[in-house]
Amino acid sequence: MKSNNNIKTVVAVGIGAALFFVLGRFVAIPSPVPNTNISLQYAVLALLAGMYGPVAGGLIGFIGHTLIDLSWGGSPWWSWVIASAFVGVVMGLFAKKLNIAEGDFGKGKFITFTIGNVVAHAVAWIVIAPVLDILIYAEPANKVFAQGAFAAVSNIITGVVVGGLLVLAYTKTIAKKGSLDKE
Amino acid sequence: MAAKTVLNYLPRKSVIHELTGTTKLAFFLLFTFASMITYNTWVLLGLMAVSFAAFKMSHIQFREVRFMMVFMLVFLLLNNLFIFLFDPNQGTALYGTRHVLCHLFWRYDVTAEQLFYMLNISLKYFVALPVAIFFISATNPSEFAASLNSIGISYKVGYSVAIALRYIPDIQRDYHNISQAQQARGVELGKSEPFFARLKNSVSILLPLILTSLNRIDTISNAMELRGFGKNKKRTWYTRRPFARNDWVAIGLGMVLLLISLTVTIRFGRFYNPFV
Repeated sequence: MKSNNNIKTVVAVGIGAALFFVLGRFVAIPSPVPNTNISLQYAVLALLAGMYGPVAGGLIGFIGHTLIDLSWGGSPWWSWVIASAFVGVVMGLFAKKLNIAEGDFGKGKFITFTIGNVVAHAVAWIVIAPVLDILIYAEPANKVFAQGAFAAVSNIITGVVVGGLLVLAYTKTIAKKGSLDKE
Repeated sequence: MAAKTVLNYLPRKSVIHELTGTTKLAFFLLFTFASMITYNTWVLLGLMAVSFAAFKMSHIQFREVRFMMVFMLVFLLLNNLFIFLFDPNQGTALYGTRHVLCHLFWRYDVTAEQLFYMLNISLKYFVALPVAIFFISATNPSEFAASLNSIGISYKVGYSVAIALRYIPDIQRDYHNISQAQQARGVELGKSEPFFARLKNSVSILLPLILTSLNRIDTISNAMELRGFGKNKKRTWYTRRPFARNDWVAIGLGMVLLLISLTVTIRFGRFYNPFV
C-alpha cells in the first residue's frame, strides 16, 4: 500500500503542476484592480498540498510556476518561483492538522486553513519574493515590497475564499469517517 | 487561441537541436546563473553575444517566436516604468553619484545613473531571452524528463514534470469544456458580476476540474503501479542519447561563462561603475 501512495504523490505532483499551469496561464478572471487577474492556482495548490503533503505541495508550486514562466518565453523568475514553492510547502505542513481525506471541514479546521493561508502567502510574497528580488535582481526595495504586498493580499483572498470553498465542497463529496451507524 | 503545447517545440535540423536534452538543460541553467549573478555591463554584453549566436545556430526564425519577444518587451517596458516610478534614485543608490540630466516634476529627476541601471536591467532580459527561447523551442519535451534525471534530479521528479507536460493540454481542454458548460447554466465570471460572486462562481468550475483530475491521478498511478514504477533506484530512458563531442563543448562553454561571471563579480564587484 505504501508504494502506491508514493506513486500517487508522483502523479499528483504532475497533474497538480499541470492544473497550476493551466489556471495560472490561461484562466483570466478579472480582479477589482485594473489589469490584474485572480490567481486561482493558489486555491488549487492549497487543496492539493493539503491532500498530498508538503513535498508534493512544494514541487507543484515549483514546477507549475517554472512552466508558466517558461511558456511566457523568459527564463524563470526564480525569486517568485521559490515563493510559490514555499506556499505549497507551508500549506502541506498544515495537511496533518486538516486531514481533508477524513471528509470533515468544520469551523475549527477552517480557521486552521485560514491561518495557514495567511502565514504562507504573507511570508512568501512580503518576505521571500521581495528579498530574493533585491538579492538576485537588485531591484528597488519599495517597488518589490509594494508588488509583494499586493500579491500577498490578492493571494490570501483567493486562497481563503476560493480555497476554503473548494476544500469544503470537496470534503462534502467524500464519506465522513464514522458516518456509518451500527443498527 | 489555446496553445497546443506548452514548450513550443520546433523540430529542425541544427547543431543546437542535435545536442542532447541534458546538455541544453545544463547550459540553460549555467547560463541563467551566470547572467543572474552579474550586473557588469561588459560581461552582460559578452553573454548577450553568446546568447544571440546560439539562437542563430538553432535555425529558429524570429517570426516563429515573435509572440514571446513581444510579450517580453512589454513586460520589460512595464518593469522599467515601475522601477522608475517607485524609485527614481535606485541608480544613485547603487553607483554612488548623481548626474541629473533633466528634471521632470516633484522628486522625479532623470539621472544618468538611473538610465544606466535600467539599461543594465534591460540587457539582462536580452541576455536571458534567446537562450530561454531556444531551450524551449529546441528541446523535445519527451527528452526533458530524461535530462532532468541526468543532471542529478530524482527520476520521480522527472516523471512528475513529464506527466505535467503530457497532461497540460488535456486539463486545458477539460477546463474549457467545464467552463463553457457552467456558463451555459448561468455561471458568470466576467466583470458584470460582483467580485466575491465571481470568486464563488469560480469554485463551480474548479470543483469538477479537481474531481476529474483526482480521477486521473488514480487511473495514472494505478497504471504506473501495474508496470512496476518506482521499484528500483534507477531507471533507463528511451529518449536518452549518449554525449557527443559538441555536448562537452557546450557544457564547457556554459561553465566557462559562469566562471567568468563569478570571477568578475568577486574581483570587481557586481556593478560596473562608469561614473567614478
